[in-house]
Parts: sequence; C-alpha cells; structure tokens
Amino acid sequence: MVDFRLTETDKAGLARTRAEALVCRKYARYHDENEGDFPPGELPEAAEFYKNQPEVPAPGPEDSSMVVMAALHAAGQNWGDYSVRMRKATDGGLGNAALAAAGTPEQVEKWRTMVLSMAITEPGCGSDPSRVQTTAELDGDEWVINGEKIFVTTGIRAEGVVIWATIDKSAGRAGIKSFLVEKGTPGFDVPHKEKKLGIRADDTAAYVFTDCRIPRENLLGLDESIPKASSGGFRGVMKTFNMTRPMTAAFGLGIADASLDFTREHLEEAGVKIDYGTIDANEPAAAAKFKQLEALYEASMLTTLRACWLAGEGQPNNMESSVCKAHAGSAVRRITQGCIEILGPMGISREHLIEKWMRDCRITDIYEGTGEIQRLIIARGLFEYTRADLN
Amino acid sequence: MISFKLTEEQEMVRDAMREFAEQAITPIARDCDEASSIPADYIDTTWELGLVSAQIPEEFGGAGERSAITTAIVLEELGAGDAALAIAAMAPSAFVNAIIDQGTDAQKAQYLPAFCGDKFHTASLAAIEPHAMADPANPRAVAEEKEDRFVLSGRKSFVLFGDRASEFLVLARNGSEVDAFIVPRDAEGLTISEPELNMGMKGLTTNTLDLERVEVPAANRLGGDQGCDVRRILDASRVALAAIMTGMSRQVLEFCIPYAKERVAFDEPISKKQSIAFRMSDMHIDTEGMRWLTWKAASQVEQGLDATKAASFARSYAAEKTMWIADNGVQILGGHGFIREYPVEMWFRAARTISVLEGTVSA
Ligand SMILES: Cc1cc2nc3c(=O)[nH]c(=O)nc-3n(C[C@H](O)[C@H](O)[C@H](O)COP(=O)(O)OP(=O)(O)OC[C@H]3O[C@@H](n4cnc5c(N)ncnc54)[C@H](O)[C@@H]3O)c2cc1C
Ligand SMILES: Cc1cc2nc3c(=O)[nH]c(=O)nc-3n(C[C@H](O)[C@H](O)[C@H](O)COP(=O)(O)OP(=O)(O)OC[C@H]3O[C@@H](n4cnc5c(N)ncnc54)[C@H](O)[C@@H]3O)c2cc1C
Repeated sequence: MVDFRLTETDKAGLARTRAEALVCRKYARYHDENEGDFPPGELPEAAEFYKNQPEVPAPGPEDSSMVVMAALHAAGQNWGDYSVRMRKATDGGLGNAALAAAGTPEQVEKWRTMVLSMAITEPGCGSDPSRVQTTAELDGDEWVINGEKIFVTTGIRAEGVVIWATIDKSAGRAGIKSFLVEKGTPGFDVPHKEKKLGIRADDTAAYVFTDCRIPRENLLGLDESIPKASSGGFRGVMKTFNMTRPMTAAFGLGIADASLDFTREHLEEAGVKIDYGTIDANEPAAAAKFKQLEALYEASMLTTLRACWLAGEGQPNNMESSVCKAHAGSAVRRITQGCIEILGPMGISREHLIEKWMRDCRITDIYEGTGEIQRLIIARGLFEYTRADLN
Repeated sequence: MISFKLTEEQEMVRDAMREFAEQAITPIARDCDEASSIPADYIDTTWELGLVSAQIPEEFGGAGERSAITTAIVLEELGAGDAALAIAAMAPSAFVNAIIDQGTDAQKAQYLPAFCGDKFHTASLAAIEPHAMADPANPRAVAEEKEDRFVLSGRKSFVLFGDRASEFLVLARNGSEVDAFIVPRDAEGLTISEPELNMGMKGLTTNTLDLERVEVPAANRLGGDQGCDVRRILDASRVALAAIMTGMSRQVLEFCIPYAKERVAFDEPISKKQSIAFRMSDMHIDTEGMRWLTWKAASQVEQGLDATKAASFARSYAAEKTMWIADNGVQILGGHGFIREYPVEMWFRAARTISVLEGTVSA
C-alpha cells in the first residue's frame, strides 16, 4: 500500500536525530570559520546527552525500511550541520561501501572495522575515471602504486583507502582496478587537507603514492583479469553509487530543509502568511516563491526516498539513484539561493547560518558524479544507449 | 511506514488503463481536438469501464472501491493518452467524490445511484470563475440565506459538460464561509452558455454558468446544516489535475524519445546532442518528482488527513513542470513541433490550459 506516514518508531528515531542535530548546529559556525581545527572531536554535550535520551525502540517489519530511514536520518543530521557530529565519527567512508559491494569475504572480514575513504579523482581527471593515471604494477607478490589523488572525503580520518589505479594503461577503463591501502604504508603520504567553499569541517584531503608497496591480495575483489567488454573493470564498484547517491542527495536536502525552516520563520516574523489553499497570484511574491521552493524540496525528497525504497525492496535502482541525485543537486542550489533571495541582505550575513548552508550544499551537484554526469546516465537509460553512444 | 508499493490490484488497474489509453484514446485524440468534440461512443465505452461507479459505496449501487491512489494511477494512465479524454472519462468524479466525502445521508441517497447505471450520467463541480486571478477557494459568487433556501448569484467558467450535467456543485461565499451548493440544471435563474472556446483540450465541452438569484432549498447545501470544507473538494481536484499532468508529461517524453533517436542533424541523431539529451533527462526527472508528489497527496486524501499542503505542492509543481516539458516537446521536434500533423503542439496547448486550472503558479 502506498503510504507516506511515519510510524511511532520511525518518529522516535528521527526525533533523536533532530535533538543531536540541534547540538551539532551550535558548533557549525565555529568549524566553518576554523577550518584548521580538525577533526571535530566528541562534543562536550555528548555524554550527558546520551545518558538522558529516551530509548529508541528497535524497528520492526511494520516500520519504514532501513534504507528509507537512513536517508531521513542523513537529512536530519544535515539539518543540524553537514559534518559536525556529536560523537567522534565511527561510521564508514565511501570506501567501506565499495568494500561491501566488491570485496571478497576475506577482504570484508579484514577491512570492515576500518574507516575507508575512496580515492578516484586525480588532478587530471574526475568525471571521467577512465583517465585515471595512478598506476599499480605487479612486482612479485606486491603491487607497487604510483600516483596522486585529490579531494578524498574523510581523507584524514580514514584508516585506509580504496584507490583506483590502472594495471594496464593501454586497456583504458578495463585496466582500472580498486586497491585497499592502509594508512601508514610506506610511500603513502597525505600532504594536505583541501580548503573549501563549504563543508569545511569535513576532511577532504590529497594523497600521494610513491612506490607504495601493498600485498597482492589487496586488489579489491581479487580479479586481476582485464575484461574485453569496456565497462567490466569497475562495474562492481560502480554499484556502490546506487546506495551512496541517494544518501548524498539526502545530505543536501537536509541542508535545504534547514534553509526553508529558517526562511519560513523569518517570513512569518515579517508578517508574511503562507497559505497553501490559495493561489499564488493572490499572495505576496515572497510567499508564492517560498511555496514553490518548498514543493521543489518535497519533490526531491520523495524522489530520493523512492530510490531508497527500491533498494530496500531489493529492486534495481540504478536509474532512480541518478534521478534523485540530479534532482537534489539542482533543487538544493535553487532552494538555498532562492531562500537568500527571499530574505534579502540578512541572508548573506555571517551572523546567520543560511549563507553557510548555501555554500555547504553546493557540493551536492558535484561529488559522486556531477549533475551533468547523472543526466548522461539518465539519458542513456532513456535512449537505451551505451557510454560510447552518448558521452 | 513509508512505502511506494502498489497493491496487486492497483498494478492490474494501471496496466489495463495503459492498454486502454493506447487503444482507445491516443488514436482519436487529434480528431477530438480538431473537431472540438468527443464522440459519443468514447463516452459510452469509458462509462462501461465503471471508473466512476467503482468509487461509489455498494449501498448506493457502486463497487465501493474508492481509493485516491487508484484514481491517481488511472488518471496518469489516461492522461498519458490525452488530457481532455482522461477528464471526460472521469467527468462526474469531482461531484461524486464531494458527495461521498461530505454529503449528508440524504444527499448520498439522492444523487449517487444515478452514477451507477448503464448510461453515462454526469454532474460537475463549478469552482472556477472567469475573472483574472480567480481563486476557487475564495469565490466571488455569493449565497444568501433566505428562510429555508439559499439564493445564489455569480459566474462560473470551465464547467465540464455544462451542456449535459444534471447538477452543478457551485462554490459560493456564504457569509464568512465558503460553501458548496447542489444546483439542478433546470434551476430558475441559471443560464448555461454555449460551449466555451478554449485554446487547449478542445475536445472537452466546457460552459459558463450565470447564476442570477438562483434559489435552492437549504438541504442542497453540501453537508446540510453543517456545511462542508471546501478545501477538501479542491484538494481532491488538485490531486486529480496533478495525476493527469504526470501522464501528460510522460506522454511528451515517450513521444520524443524515438523521434530524437531517428532525427538526424549534423551527421548524428539529435538524441546524441547533449543539449537535447540533458533536456530529456530533466523531463524524466521532473515527471518522477511530480508523480511522487501526487501519490503523497493522494495517500493523504485517502487516509482522511489534511492534504491541502501536499495537494498544493503536487499541483503547482506539476503545473510548472508539465508546461516546461510540453514546451520542450515542441522544441525537440523543431519545425515539426509547430505543425499540427504532430501531437506535441496539441500537448503544449493542453499543458497551458490544464496548468491554469485551480490557480496559477508563479514563474
Ligand atoms: C568536497 C569534495 C569531496 C570529494 N570527495 C571525493 C572522494 O571521496 N573521492 C573521490 O574520488 N573524489 C571525490 N571528489 C571529487 C569529485 O567526485 C569530482 O570533483 C567530481 O566527480 C567532478 O570531477 P572534476 O572535479 O574532475 O570535474 P571535471 O570532470 O573536470 O568536470 C568539470 C565540468 O565538466 C562537466 N563535464 C565533465 N564531463 C562531462 C561530459 N561528458 N558531459 C558534460 N559535462 C561534463 C562536469 O559536470 C563539470 O561541470 C570530491 C570533491 C569535492 C569537491
Ligand atoms: C511556420 C514555419 C515556417 C517556416 N518557414 C520556412 C521557410 O520559409 N523556409 C525554409 O526553408 N524553412 C522554413 N521553416 C523551417 C524551419 O526553419 C525549420 O523547421 C527549423 O530550421 C528547424 O529545423 P527542423 O525542423 O528540421 O528541426 P531539426 O533540425 O530536426 O531540429 C530538431 C531539434 O534538434 C535541435 N538540434 C538540431 N541540431 C542540433 C545540434 N547540432 N545541437 C543541438 N541541438 C540541435 C534543434 O534545435 C531542434 O530543437 C519554417 C518552419 C515553420 C514551422
């Protein structure tokens, strides 16, 4: 049955996330202005907070699926702040998702307790990973890695990384493989943390590999063959994105939601009433514009929840995860920028968080495949095209 | 629990309606638009599907299977055939649902059985008014209470099948409230215009009603002495419009896909040009968004929750995006988009028409 109601258990979980988010938000400005002060450790409130929190009942079969709730919690956390967490983060990075999707059982067992980042992007390539220049050469029972990676999320905090490197440059995409590398391995350096427009409390880092030797069994999935079909090489890892793209959409939407709440509050304070029963033409322009942004938010959130729901049902969601990422990527840009337009000069003041939210959520349309790349994927789906047909 | 799962029956209904639209609607849509009329046998065939009586409780002769989600699914599928013909197929729906939802027992018993017979029977909602910035929730039409009667005055436009509807549900201001009144077509003081001449959805007959001190018994107020919540009527109608627009949007995209793959310019199909491909991705993205907004609003209507906000989101988002999608449908076909041999110009006119019903959106 089609249903959009949250159960009591769903609500209890989200109420707790909201309470955490409110605490995190207190530190949002500090970490935005003090990018070097990293990582945000455990917040002073944490111990007391969790002692006093009511027990959240365990979800049952009548509650929303874990995947759907994961997106709602992600949005709820981001409503407070993108990257300030109550507790020292123990959640995995993108590399953990790749490990789960493509690792052998032994690899999963060995690496799963580590926080793993994922390093695909290089100074010379991002959207088109077939241009990866980092190399992995087999030397006896070891792979020797050489190359440079940039923009690695959780790059500092991570205890290990899943990196993409080519084992045969002449093979193009087919020669690209993923490798597990532990921090501290000789030849693996972390030269700097990137300075960013937003999400500054997030540790985005650069990695350099110089004759970095790792065991042969660190090839993720252990398949050393070079497939003939062009996409074979990293199809497994690409599947990771079917789960992570809806989550990045949810991150951005949480920030957009915060911006809408802030704007609504200040519109009301200014005496602008938002009436959903009347038509836009009879309202102040600000109210009409606000409702339009709210509808955009809601459309984007529902599209994201649909992609998650499909995953929870065990159904394919390749197209849907790109649809929601593309939708959210442009929606959050329009919403946060639009809210500032409605608010006027107060919107750009650093006394409030909304200018930061506009900066923070700008990443949504860039990482994990830009909006353009998502639209390529969607168009290929619509036209039944391959990558070669449309690129 | 958040779920997008259709029941098995809803899936069956969806598939059957998709087939019906392909076979019975798409082939005649252009002729209906050119002729500004819908053939009687289309009306009769769709009536036999029992789409309206399905929603009426069994005690009044219907099948008692009312579900706003099912209705939304039916309307999307029919709307993907043609918007005007979709509305014609469900013509009495707005009236019938208002009676089921908010009518007194006597009103239900009096009006509902007529919609469960073998022959097409219709009644219409009279909500829209012909002046600029008309807001159905704040009508200019007025109702004055006079002893045991109400006296109605005002103008209503875009009234569906005004030429044959047996009753009209007229929204009018009643003191500080807005109420709905059941007005029989032969009421004294009611003048029904010739069919209106509209830009789009031309097959549909719509008429203007002039109410000049039309008297109806107090018992004709929807909900009797208690009156009704007009917003619930409008919410349901907004959800229905959004569902049809979702179908219209899908239809434009589905038509453009094979066209773009075949049309060659500069040595390759235009589908391989990113400016075309990306636009079509956006058409798909927006269509998905409006469908889920529609489902959410429909589920709230179905569950008896306050659906005003969700219905407003669904309608305004669908209206904005459907217009954009239809507009781009014309563009993707180039010069052919402008020629009536192709359907996209018809959808473009229909989109502009349907998207101003029940209130405009800001750009
Ligand atoms: C904060 C942050 C965190 C990140 N985290 C990670 C991470 O953890 N791991 C990781 O590997 N990477 C990460 N990235 C990198 C991110 O995924 C890339 O920046 C992104 O994929 C875009 O690649 P690029 O920057 O090289 O842009 P480019 O690929 O150079 O693209 C530039 C522009 O061209 C467009 N474009 C490219 N190809 C096409 C095409 N075929 N058609 C039309 N337009 C096209 C793009 O959409 C974009 O608008 C992160 C980036 C940031 C900023
Ligand atoms: C009312 C009317 C009057 C006209 N009068 C004349 C006239 O007097 N004389 C005359 O010769 N013609 C006339 N035309 C034809 C008109 O100039 C063409 O229809 C127009 O140039 C578009 O060409 P097309 O229809 O073949 O579209 P196509 O070339 O098939 O284009 C289809 C779509 O693909 C897009 N497209 C094409 N190539 C690219 C590309 N490389 N990159 C991205 N997008 C692309 C187009 O913009 C369009 O959106 C008339 C057309 C109409 C409708």
